Amino acid sequence: MDLLFKAKAGIARAIGVASRASGRGGGTTLPGRVLLRLDGEALAKLGRELDGKVTLVSASNGKTTTSSMIANALRAAGHTPVHNHAGSNMAWGVATAMIESRGDCGLFEVDEAWLPKVAAAVRPSTVCLGNLFRDQLDRYGELDRIVDEWSAMVDRLDPGCSLVLNADDPLVASVAGERPARDIVFFGIDDTSHAVEGEVHASDADLCRRCGGTLEYSVRLMGHIGHYRCPGCGWERPQPQVRATRVEMRGMDGTVATVQTPEGEIRLEVPLPGLYNVYNALAALAVAIANRIDPQTAAGGIGSTGAVFGRVEVIAIDDRELAILLIKNPVGANEVIRTLVDGEADKVTIPHLWIALNDRIADGRDISWVWDADFERLAGKVGRVTCAGTRAAEMALRLKYAGIDEDRLHVVGPVDESLDAALAATGEGERLFALPTYTALLELRTLLAKRGLAKDYWE
Amino acid sequence: MDFRLLALYPRQMNIYADRGNLIFLQRRCEWRGIGFRLASAAHGESFDPAGHDMIYIGGGQDRDQIEIAADMARTKRDALAEAAAAGVQVLAVCGGYQLLGHSYSLDGRKVEGVGLLDIETVRESGPRLIGNIAIETALRDAEGPLELAGFENHGGRTYLGDRATPLGKVVNGFGNNGNEGHEGAIGGPDGNVIGTYLHGPLLPKNHRFADLLIERALRRRHPGIGSLEPAGDDDLERAAHETALRAARG
Repeated sequence: MDLLFKAKAGIARAIGVASRASGRGGGTTLPGRVLLRLDGEALAKLGRELDGKVTLVSASNGKTTTSSMIANALRAAGHTPVHNHAGSNMAWGVATAMIESRGDCGLFEVDEAWLPKVAAAVRPSTVCLGNLFRDQLDRYGELDRIVDEWSAMVDRLDPGCSLVLNADDPLVASVAGERPARDIVFFGIDDTSHAVEGEVHASDADLCRRCGGTLEYSVRLMGHIGHYRCPGCGWERPQPQVRATRVEMRGMDGTVATVQTPEGEIRLEVPLPGLYNVYNALAALAVAIANRIDPQTAAGGIGSTGAVFGRVEVIAIDDRELAILLIKNPVGANEVIRTLVDGEADKVTIPHLWIALNDRIADGRDISWVWDADFERLAGKVGRVTCAGTRAAEMALRLKYAGIDEDRLHVVGPVDESLDAALAATGEGERLFALPTYTALLELRTLLAKRGLAKDYWE
Repeated sequence: MDFRLLALYPRQMNIYADRGNLIFLQRRCEWRGIGFRLASAAHGESFDPAGHDMIYIGGGQDRDQIEIAADMARTKRDALAEAAAAGVQVLAVCGGYQLLGHSYSLDGRKVEGVGLLDIETVRESGPRLIGNIAIETALRDAEGPLELAGFENHGGRTYLGDRATPLGKVVNGFGNNGNEGHEGAIGGPDGNVIGTYLHGPLLPKNHRFADLLIERALRRRHPGIGSLEPAGDDDLERAAHETALRAARG
């Protein structure tokens, strides 16, 4: 590292320390912003310090959880990853993590739209792509464009860079392009017993990326994720090298999966609920395998992963429990809803629900997506719903048209007031499920931290 | 009495949760005791122009839309023209709105539309027009003129010919092309063909507009009916409409 650059990095680091000391906010992006302003090549220069061992993780859903699982797998194998664990995933968030911590390899979750730029700068040794769902169309544009940009990025990756891809997502699997098979690890779920029942509304991949024909599915596991084939050109789901042959769901406690790997069969305990977390864990396992880490060792690390910031976090408040599950796009929301209501039919399974719908830039200004998520599954299963956020009334309206009685719906816009109202209605020993969009989650965290109930998010 | 709704390409032309409009119409009919029947015409399928009271088409991804424009010309253009001439209510949103015009230009290609609305769409240089939008329309119900709130996100700029009138005047937002201050288009013999850039679930944000469409659609087969019964107290619907309007005002 040249001296001038070292000095600039030092300034950026000091600004981060000062910002946190002044209590002005997270500081998870400020040092990176400063350094990128001082040196346009900063990301590439910092990346070179990591010895050519950098993993980038991107997806519409599950970036933070998957990265956290990979970090645990790396640590179980004796590595110390430099990791943007607080989830700041644009260029400055990645740069900040590189400035502020030391390790023997890099692990960065990266925003879908930023990924090609970040990859061009840091020259990763592994790129893990989990899924692509419609998400914030006002910010990212159409999904097709992201797939095009990812495909172009894959073509420019260094030879020998490992590509870890979800075989069950045709949009993700299609970016493999002409890359040699030895550089790709596909992961997927073979067990078809958790197929989505009924019509899938939020599906983003009806058409084959190769020939434009309509894909046929033998099974759909969530959204457009499943086992597919194009009758036109014969393109089909690639055979995954890391595949779950048996998936046993244990409600909110998580999942146990039997996984076939190139090194043999292993048992993978996923401590977080829902099929989406099985995919996150398989992605982490496949990244570990691509990095020649023993699958058993990696599974041990993955199994020790706790809830990350706002993803299935449970917080105790005055003899009540608050379980927080982020919702931000239709497929993600559908999986959260499926996790909540799975099991008992015709019975109120969720007595208290708090949903906060914000429309700030980081949420996407467009809230149309709530009409694409299957809130209908909640009808007859919820006791009381408090709707909060900048678009609270429209959230309540969506639930009314999903078949939830209007007298169960309460609209209280401000996050603090509405949370207090929801907690007041929650009995002792009961659990309140909180489903915030991204910026509502930040507000909720700040509120809980102020009350001494949760750590500040940058810690 | 029943309300027979036809959705064109409900799978591909659903990019912004267009199905919210279908759910909204269904519930508001059911709550009034009006039977609701939903039919669809997908890729390769035609339809009976006399079999429906209202036809809906939503928005899709650019790549899907090129496919669909060709299919529409092949399998649905004549039925659409016949239904529109007979006064069937048509609502076309975003990409669907563009497809009802004469043509739209995309990536240097000129895609032919079905020509039901006298409009033309071009892709000019400049950013996509994205954001909350509020418009004042010339439509009115018993409560007075209708103001619509919604969200727009389009690269195409639409220009109206002599035989189309704007759906409304832009209060906040961009509208048809970001220059002329108007939004959407109305055509058809009774003003029964409506196109708009207020995309995805615009009816849930505008319950009076939804009711007006149901009423007009039913009146063609039941000329005697008066105004619709209320569908409930509509407190939430009004609150949602107000929130969406406020979002547009910024």
